[in-house]
Amino acid sequence: MTDFQSEAPAPANRVSGIGRLLIAVYGVLALAATGRSFVQIARAFNEAPLAYSLSALAAVVYIVATIALVKRSALWYRVAWGTIGFELLGVLVVGTLSLVVPGLFQHATVWSIYGSGYLFIPLVLPLLGMWWLARHPVSPAGSRA
Amino acid sequence: MIEWFTWLQLAIAVPGGLLCVVLGLVGRKPTDLTMGATALVELLLIVQLAAAIAAPLAGNTATGSLLEFYTYLISAIALPVAAGFWALVERSRWSTVILGVTCLSVAVMLYRMNQIWNVQGR
Repeated sequence: MTDFQSEAPAPANRVSGIGRLLIAVYGVLALAATGRSFVQIARAFNEAPLAYSLSALAAVVYIVATIALVKRSALWYRVAWGTIGFELLGVLVVGTLSLVVPGLFQHATVWSIYGSGYLFIPLVLPLLGMWWLARHPVSPAGSRA
Repeated sequence: MIEWFTWLQLAIAVPGGLLCVVLGLVGRKPTDLTMGATALVELLLIVQLAAAIAAPLAGNTATGSLLEFYTYLISAIALPVAAGFWALVERSRWSTVILGVTCLSVAVMLYRMNQIWNVQGR
């Protein structure tokens, strides 16, 4: 993947280049997770309260992560690290549990089997997000764009 | 949901999406071609919505969950609109890639919608 900046250098605290694509993919995943958890909870929450609560939690975290990536300030930068770190932890823990203790997650969540139902995007995206955040730190002084 | 129409949608959304991703990666800003492909995907989704509402009246009912089907369909309809606005506001190569990612996401959702309507018996 090429990462050169074809446009004029953007101000430090403006999301630019491939970061915009990252935000778009996060937005789509947030929408997918929200849609799925809405259907699960509206249809039969009692069938699998743990898996469905987790779906809803994952959806909220994806939404917050998307917003945190858009808002480039020192505070949101920390929120972005927190939510994206939580996603990576979630996909690893739930992915492993869904394989080791399948009874716990009989109903699918976005994170089951490391996100296989979503083309493993939930596994890859946090890594890309962390890579991007590490390369584009927000300086506390210039947090207002 | 009419099955052949869904395949037609996929036949437009997948190549259209790939075209946008490639054109974006080689550095093109959103053009009439890439915006048009996304608009066509959106237009066909709205036709699909009308078809999905009308089809049960003609005896073509969904085999799976209608709630799940409409959640996918409404989400899919929202995506190209969002990406289109983005492309109008941010005229950069990444907006073209985003148009493509949107079309491909819609294709995945259409595939799932087809499974819910035509394949999955519950």
